[in-house]
Amino acid sequence: MTRIEFDKYKDFYAKRTGGMRSSVMRDLMAVIARPDIITLAGGLPNTESFPSQTLAEVTRTVAINASAAALQYGPTEGFAETKENIARVMAEENMIVDPDSIIVTTGGQQGIDLVTRILVDPGDVIIAEAPTYPGAIPSFCSFEADVIQVPLDNDGIRTDLLAETVEQLVNEGRKPKFIYLIPDFHNPAGVCISLERRLEIVALAKKHGLIIVEDNPYGQLRFEGEHLPTLYSLDEDDNVIYLSTFSKILSPGIRLGWMVAPPPLLARFNLGKQAADLCPSTLAQMIVNQYFKDFRWQDYVEEVIRVYRSRRDAMLAALEEYFPAEASWTRPQGGFYIWVTLPEYLDTADLLALAIEEHKVAFVPGSGAWADGSGANHMRLSFSAVTEEQIEEGVKRVSKVIREQMDLYRALRGSEQ
Amino acid sequence: MSKKTIAVLKGGRSLERNISLKSGHRVEKALTALGYATVGIDVDTSLVRQLNELKPDAAFIAMHGRSGEDGTVQELLDILDIPYTGSDVLPSIRCMDKVLTKHILVADGIPTPPFYAFNRDAFQELGAVDTMPIIAGELGFPIVVKPSGQGSALGIRFAHAVEELPAALISAFSFDTKVLLEKYVKGKELAVSILGKEPRALPIVEVRPKTDFFDFESRYTMGKADYLAPAEIADDVAAEASELSLKVFKALGCTGFGRVDIMMAEDGGLQVLEINTIPGFTETSLLPMAAQAAGIGFNELVEEILLCALES
Repeated sequence: MTRIEFDKYKDFYAKRTGGMRSSVMRDLMAVIARPDIITLAGGLPNTESFPSQTLAEVTRTVAINASAAALQYGPTEGFAETKENIARVMAEENMIVDPDSIIVTTGGQQGIDLVTRILVDPGDVIIAEAPTYPGAIPSFCSFEADVIQVPLDNDGIRTDLLAETVEQLVNEGRKPKFIYLIPDFHNPAGVCISLERRLEIVALAKKHGLIIVEDNPYGQLRFEGEHLPTLYSLDEDDNVIYLSTFSKILSPGIRLGWMVAPPPLLARFNLGKQAADLCPSTLAQMIVNQYFKDFRWQDYVEEVIRVYRSRRDAMLAALEEYFPAEASWTRPQGGFYIWVTLPEYLDTADLLALAIEEHKVAFVPGSGAWADGSGANHMRLSFSAVTEEQIEEGVKRVSKVIREQMDLYRALRGSEQ
Repeated sequence: MSKKTIAVLKGGRSLERNISLKSGHRVEKALTALGYATVGIDVDTSLVRQLNELKPDAAFIAMHGRSGEDGTVQELLDILDIPYTGSDVLPSIRCMDKVLTKHILVADGIPTPPFYAFNRDAFQELGAVDTMPIIAGELGFPIVVKPSGQGSALGIRFAHAVEELPAALISAFSFDTKVLLEKYVKGKELAVSILGKEPRALPIVEVRPKTDFFDFESRYTMGKADYLAPAEIADDVAAEASELSLKVFKALGCTGFGRVDIMMAEDGGLQVLEINTIPGFTETSLLPMAAQAAGIGFNELVEEILLCALES
């Protein structure tokens, strides 16, 4: 008999990779992707709205006019023209930014990775919202950060608790390396940080000399209400690193995002990016730049906002109609997501199994938004990539799943009542 | 002689779809390399139509869980008169239902941890909740709460006190309408793969959790458990486990291949937990690993399983 080990390379893996693992969602993606399942799970932009003719024209122009350059390597920080276009996008949200303080990244996700890679040693503290963007957690964990999460409510992160947490950490000599926040149309919670709290956060950063990482992929997708100034625009002390992306205003397939940071940090991020992938895709940048030259990018954003707004309305109406009184949810003024809170005893990862198998509907279970896996009684519903009919039917099905398990719970607590 | 055509059934809508697609893909590659005309079918409502058009010489079922492992697809293949790999309808039904499996084991005098089983109605219509203190007294804590009909570790929870039972039961009921409350056996987990027309046990795989308390999730999370073949157990225990597994395989009427999961208690006693009639064929699955330990390559393993079907 030969001695066989399941994984003969197990002693070779770096220790820091021990915390890395595939999410429940990744494993279930194959089932969710089946056409007979209504998925309220994916945070997917509605790329169907983008005119294929526009893509065809733009790529054709690039191919004919600049083929060799488009196929060549480019600068690590991205083309000057790309950065100028990014500055224009940021100006739309009232931010004045010098294109030289921008690095073009491979999706917004690379910004999160680079910030963590450059700033965090094992055991260092990162503060994030509870819940936070589920995609940020694997980045934080792969650098062995100690992620401390501060609850949010309808006005965003609880700044009273944030201040307390920061004070305590500073007193312990464990000043956080950065505070990671998604102030606009939070993923997964859907809420925005109020102006008052934004001012408090900026003041807190000034007081303690903290770095804020502001991740703003959804800021341009406001359906209604007043625009809120970004933390980047409120900060006067170079305490904010700003991350964003073309994914939600143009296309995630383009894989282009950006980061804005003060010069010393920027130089380090540039080194990190060189090590990671040399440069952002030149072809993708040239397509984006050509698009910005030949078309008014805001037109497309206005078009998708119109689509997303009516889908949001459809989802809120369906929740109102079908969900049990014990459930509560956020009412986002933009973005992609509604965040639902269910009774404590329900675990949405389990509900998901029942939802997929018996009711052909999917959502994102809440626990992925906590580094310690808590938050199991929450779920994220996404309205961005499903039709209004699918939204109504999907919400109806999810509510059936919830009600079934609530009935069962009542029966299980029977004798105690 | 012209090439035999083999339909590889994979995917489907079970929660184990992802694993099944990987299993199926690997089986297809093996069969193609072996010289068979191989057609992969991602199972959906067009299955019967596709099979009628293809008229394969046999179907290799690389599906896990619902519809693939529970006798459903086997029934269809019987009707269409297409030979298929693995167990027939009846053993598939028996093994997919852990409660039924355990009742058969008990009737045959095969050791399995003490258990109670309930469906939703028992709680929702008959007030079964009031029996929980009795059950807790009989089984002792922790109690393992399992959905009866899931092939993988999905939905399995531990309850350490009466107060934890409702949440554990709700989890398990998310995966099936019938659940099992089972006495927890502390010890080594052994996986005994069975193969062949004349069934024989392959070298035993030992599952070694890295955490103190095996939460079952570990079994399917890369890096959370180590797997060793052959298991580091005394030869006489290994022989006993192999013999017991063959007895289980026959008692349930299984054919072709399968995997019997056994707990070796701290006192050395063996307790049978469950039988999988279609264990995985992925790079990280236990059956191919056991075969490898016996010197049987993956292609060889796939062909032997297929030949059992073609010659039956």
